[in-house]
Amino acid sequence: MNRTFDWDAAGDALPLLLEGFRVTLLATVLGTLVAAVLGLAVAVAGRAPSRFVTVPVKAVTEFVRATPLLVQLVGAAALFTSVEPLTIGIVVLGIHYAAYTSEVYRAGIDGVPKGQWEACRALSMSPRRTWQAVILPQAVRNVLPALGNYAISMFKETPFLAVITVHEMVFEARAYGADHFAYTEAFTLAGLVFLVASYPTSLLMRKLEKRLGH
Amino acid sequence: MATEPAPLEKTAAAAVDPLHTGVEPLVRFDKVVKRYGDHVVLDELDFSVRRGEHVTLIGPSGSGKTTILRLLMTLEKVSDGVIWVDGSPLSHVRGPDGSLKPAGEKELRRSRKKIGMVFQQFNLFPNMKVLQNITEAPVNVLGMDKDEAESRARELLDLVGLSGKVDAHPSQLSGGQQQRVAIARALAMRPEILLLDEVTSALDPELVAGVLDLLSDIARTTDITMLCVTHEMNFARDVSETVLMFDAGRVVESGSPEKIFTDPEHERTREFLNAVL
Repeated sequence: MNRTFDWDAAGDALPLLLEGFRVTLLATVLGTLVAAVLGLAVAVAGRAPSRFVTVPVKAVTEFVRATPLLVQLVGAAALFTSVEPLTIGIVVLGIHYAAYTSEVYRAGIDGVPKGQWEACRALSMSPRRTWQAVILPQAVRNVLPALGNYAISMFKETPFLAVITVHEMVFEARAYGADHFAYTEAFTLAGLVFLVASYPTSLLMRKLEKRLGH
Repeated sequence: MATEPAPLEKTAAAAVDPLHTGVEPLVRFDKVVKRYGDHVVLDELDFSVRRGEHVTLIGPSGSGKTTILRLLMTLEKVSDGVIWVDGSPLSHVRGPDGSLKPAGEKELRRSRKKIGMVFQQFNLFPNMKVLQNITEAPVNVLGMDKDEAESRARELLDLVGLSGKVDAHPSQLSGGQQQRVAIARALAMRPEILLLDEVTSALDPELVAGVLDLLSDIARTTDITMLCVTHEMNFARDVSETVLMFDAGRVVESGSPEKIFTDPEHERTREFLNAVL
């Protein structure tokens, strides 16, 4: 078969794809929020003095990191059949990425000089206040660029959500392709939308990195 | 801020004062041992510091001087022995049967409040402005009113000669200025004991004198008990009433600065002073 690129079909698919893109963005933003908050909690819990905290936390993060995102998505969708697919997608993306962002936070926390902890102790500050006022503000500042990169990477992995029937952009592209037999147009366009969205974002991240002096 | 120790504690402290000197020292090291693995840093160290006394610790690197300050600040734990501060065990709590047990984090925080420390590397909080560096602990640890803490912080900045730097970030200050802020921050907690750990070692030579002058002023005008680890022998001579010479985790010799610097008894002290003066 020798077909040329059908511009009309591409124009026709665009509104549907942009509709899907809204879901893609929503999943990315909320998933990133979950990953950012949960990852931080995991990193702080990993430094707890009790093994009853650190061992289970480590076990769960190892499990999440050792299994593919796709398997986790399908598994969660099979377990929680009454929950919206989009909700499952956001939570699973968030948990999956939390396993990685927790490592980023850990490195950021380790990067705060020992003298900062000692200064807090010398001022009799409580552990809670030490974290809140001194350690975390410095740690988070150090890891902001790395967290941004994970957000971009999550953005590009949202097409996996199509497998659990979330109507994100690639799901819509496939649907359009099947209906109009215009897979090339639909998927090319979806790819372009990803490129147009993620490239400026990664440029922005690089700028942020420079501003924070990395 | 100083709460009077309960009479019961006084009696108990007197019971462990074998010399019956009558005057309870503010700080007393009682056979304090600090080991890192097999390496013994402090070897059954005994010494005491009176209230209001200014003590300088001198001696070669690795002789355990800084470790003493770190133990007092409870940044490290003693391996053996007890440190007494104001009649109470610093790193221990007394059980119902009168025996001493290692203190938990809560008790440690309570004992720490009496003690302030200025570090060699300043350790200011880079994410806070100068003013907030000073008010953070008074507000959140002592529960001081924010306005009161700020006006006190301004007074202290005035004292250390940095009233113009209230809104600066630590990274915008020179080393000497940062160290002055660190001194103001420690004073803001109204400590009874101030620990100074080689506070001028990280400074450019031309900035050393200003910081030392400030500390001399504080020593002269307040009743804060000071323990300084320093390589500045002039400072030791001008500020302290007592100089302790350390070597290999023990006090080799102690006495007035005149005595130590002009007529040291111990060979080890003479060698050390010849090397540094």
